[in-house]
Amino acid sequence: MARTSRKLRDAGLGALNFGVIAAFVAFAAFPFYWMLITMFKDTIDLLNPTNNPWIFNLPPTLENLRLLFHETLYVRWLWNTAFAGVLVVLITLFVAVPAGYSLARLTGRSGEHLGIGIFLTYLVPPTILFIPLSRVVSTLGLQDSLWSLVLVYPSFTVPFSTWLMMGFFKAIPKDIEEAARMDGVSRFGAFLKIAMPMSLAGILTVVIFTFTLVMQEFVYALTFITDARRFTVSVGVPTFLVRGDVYFWGSMMGACFIASVPIALVYNFFVDRFVAGFTVGAIR
Amino acid sequence: MAIVETRDIRKHFGEVRAVDGVSIATMDREFLVLLGPSGCGKTTLLRMIAGLERPTSGDILIGDQVVTELSPRERKTAMVFQSYALYPHMTVFNNIAFPLKAQGFPGGDIGRKVEWAASMFGIEKLLDRKPRALSGGERQRVALARAMVRDPSVFLLDEPLSNLDAKLRNSAREELQQFQRQVGTTTIYVTHDQVEAMGLGDRIAVMERGVVRQLGTPQEVYDDPADTFVAGFLGSPPMNLVDRQGEIVGFRPEKLLPKTVFQAQEGLIPLRFHVTRVENLGADRLIYGTLGDPFPDAKAIANLPYTLPGRIRPGEIHDFALREKDLRFFDRATGLKIPRNPAVERK
Amino acid sequence: MSVLEREMPAPPRKKGRLALYLDDDRRLGRTMLAPAVLYIVLLVGFPFLLALYYSVSDVTVGARELSFVGLENFRRALRNPTFLTALKNTFIFTIVSQIVVVVLAKALALAFMKEFRGKRLVRFLVLLPWVAPISLGAIGWLWTLDSVYSVINWTLRDLGLLAPGTWPIWLGQPTLAMASVVTVHVWRLLPLATVIILAGLTSIPQDLHDAAEMDGAGAFRHLFQVTVPLVLPIMLVAVLFGLVFTFTDMIVIYVLTRGGPFDTTQVLASYAYFTGIDGGDLAGGSAIALFLFPVLAAAAILILRLARRTEVT
Repeated sequence: MARTSRKLRDAGLGALNFGVIAAFVAFAAFPFYWMLITMFKDTIDLLNPTNNPWIFNLPPTLENLRLLFHETLYVRWLWNTAFAGVLVVLITLFVAVPAGYSLARLTGRSGEHLGIGIFLTYLVPPTILFIPLSRVVSTLGLQDSLWSLVLVYPSFTVPFSTWLMMGFFKAIPKDIEEAARMDGVSRFGAFLKIAMPMSLAGILTVVIFTFTLVMQEFVYALTFITDARRFTVSVGVPTFLVRGDVYFWGSMMGACFIASVPIALVYNFFVDRFVAGFTVGAIR
Repeated sequence: MAIVETRDIRKHFGEVRAVDGVSIATMDREFLVLLGPSGCGKTTLLRMIAGLERPTSGDILIGDQVVTELSPRERKTAMVFQSYALYPHMTVFNNIAFPLKAQGFPGGDIGRKVEWAASMFGIEKLLDRKPRALSGGERQRVALARAMVRDPSVFLLDEPLSNLDAKLRNSAREELQQFQRQVGTTTIYVTHDQVEAMGLGDRIAVMERGVVRQLGTPQEVYDDPADTFVAGFLGSPPMNLVDRQGEIVGFRPEKLLPKTVFQAQEGLIPLRFHVTRVENLGADRLIYGTLGDPFPDAKAIANLPYTLPGRIRPGEIHDFALREKDLRFFDRATGLKIPRNPAVERK
Repeated sequence: MSVLEREMPAPPRKKGRLALYLDDDRRLGRTMLAPAVLYIVLLVGFPFLLALYYSVSDVTVGARELSFVGLENFRRALRNPTFLTALKNTFIFTIVSQIVVVVLAKALALAFMKEFRGKRLVRFLVLLPWVAPISLGAIGWLWTLDSVYSVINWTLRDLGLLAPGTWPIWLGQPTLAMASVVTVHVWRLLPLATVIILAGLTSIPQDLHDAAEMDGAGAFRHLFQVTVPLVLPIMLVAVLFGLVFTFTDMIVIYVLTRGGPFDTTQVLASYAYFTGIDGGDLAGGSAIALFLFPVLAAAAILILRLARRTEVT
């Protein structure tokens, strides 16, 4: 008797759990599902308010994607994003990896305070800085240039990546670098030959995050760049494709889906490390 | 020719005096053990000799050269870490080759030297493996091979056996000693395990609270401890220390035996031993109890070899005895040994 | 002793300056840290000071010279009804969406603690709103909430849930627009909060749960007296970061409503943008944006105190 009631309760809890999960999945994924459906729909089908939006009233079409890739600047924007992304990744690695190591190993107590200071720059949002930076960018003659983004983006990727790398370097047992120093390399050599190769996972994480942050960034790109040919994806799609009253919904949904899902897939694998970077200190 | 010497070396971490004025010198080709409880400063001392820690004051000399200001790589010493600190991203071969590469050895020589070092420790078959695919004992050998491959002038070992299980530890101890005798490199070995220290060391430096309490051969530190700390730290169970008229008298448990064991003319101190507890350890029996005159009510432990016949049970009173020459005397205030001839002193 | 020291042979000093440098912890440390510090000082610190400076000046986009006007910009902002609306909206958005996020994230994280088939796929789907660029995700919502073609309206009507003649314009009616924007913020931040809380939950040793079970704690006691207190610090971290993100965000507003209708969804960040960049009034925009700062500073102090407390225990 007790056993059956317990079984029933477990089954009930299981169903409840399933329901909760299903509801959340529907909420979270719906806009993306809707993008996927919309991008293959004929525009005439889309723009007839009497049509059932859940089904294909006209046969699926690739016309929206053709339009997107051939008659808009979409490919250009993708390319711009990749260009800025790669350069920002390189700058970030070059600046943040040594800085993270320095904070983890070399600067001791004062480094701890500096590290917290760097952490706090997370909290200074673009929304406070974009106005003065717009002036800095124009003074440097970088307005309407992708280089303005290459210059400014590391200001938020570096603090985050430094903090992240610091965590990775701290996780390496000190012994191993000391052994390397006993074996005849310098302090810097131990960093280069031992600590860096041992934190490849961390470096990869930094690469992924930096790239996603560049891809997600909106405010600076919107502020510094007005020439549509220089937009990144995240700004180009919502500003340029929406301009005027004509919405090419099919193409827009395609643009959003194609740009967001692949990067989301990659990011997905690194989310836990990302969270660890956020919560250093609060866990344990 | 490599004598390591420290001259009044100190290391203070803020208020904490990890090492507080140590002056010791090894002999050439010696196996010197730094022994002490955890937190006594032995590892800090070793790390300063290695160059991983900068002394607050004092000097370190290796082979008559002041190396205090030199970085670890310039000291030509090799170290084996407690964790072995193998490079996890390199194969065993590359681990052993790393010090050679770091010092710019020519490529051909490296292969030959690595093979040679690996064969010394019987790990030739493991050269292609990564450290995580090795057992504890194998890792320890790789660490040793990596340390010796470049002919260092000094070996520094930081509890290299403590991560092995008890069975492996015995054979590793033996191998380590044979190997050190063979290469004849001056070795400084840190441990908290007195059995290791007694078995391995040519000499032992017993440390406590940042200072060396006694430096001597295993026999000296065991038989003739310099103070009550050393007396109480070495031996299991440690030396019995009992109060008598303003001084402390010490004697080893294995010297407190039934009276019948001794010859009459040995200068015996007979005493009654009220047994409270008996612990059977297989090869030995530990007898806990309280003594009668001349140490009234003092608690003591006697260690009887199992070969000694006779039943002893808790609650019984037995006639035991000590030889006068086995007594050691310490100052009650300072704990330091009082050197004197016990026979003359006896009332 | 001192005589001996003087007679000691000097150590070999043939190593180069570089070698010396590469082994010196402090100097090497500073050198390796310098580029990062420089970057942050030049591109975060300096612009921040510039923002402070602009906010007390009369700078505009074209102006070459600027003069000091004191607190005039702040006074002007406080007299401006749009600014006051934006200020109020910012708080409403932030607080409402955070409360909803925390409650939902806790529920979702608990659901994720159990094993079930397809968990990896489910996790990916739930994470999508956070890991995809928000400006693009918001466009998905723009289409979903479209005034004419909204799939939500169509479905509600088809199910008979809409009264005849009503047709909610999600982004065009003040209350609905606000609700929509809050919903999109919740949608966006929920995955992050969930993952952070999940990390906190999984960091509780199983022993503790077992002990609570052995001690006879029921499900509720277990949840509220064991689990929740243990994840509280990390939940606070999630909340604080969520607060900061929502509080300073302008992307969702910009894409969905541009602050409309009639500034009913205007927030400080978006209003600063429209004033400073679109309107060219850099000084006014800076002053508006700086109203964000006290809250951010408070969040920063809270995070620091939290970090310190967990460090101590």
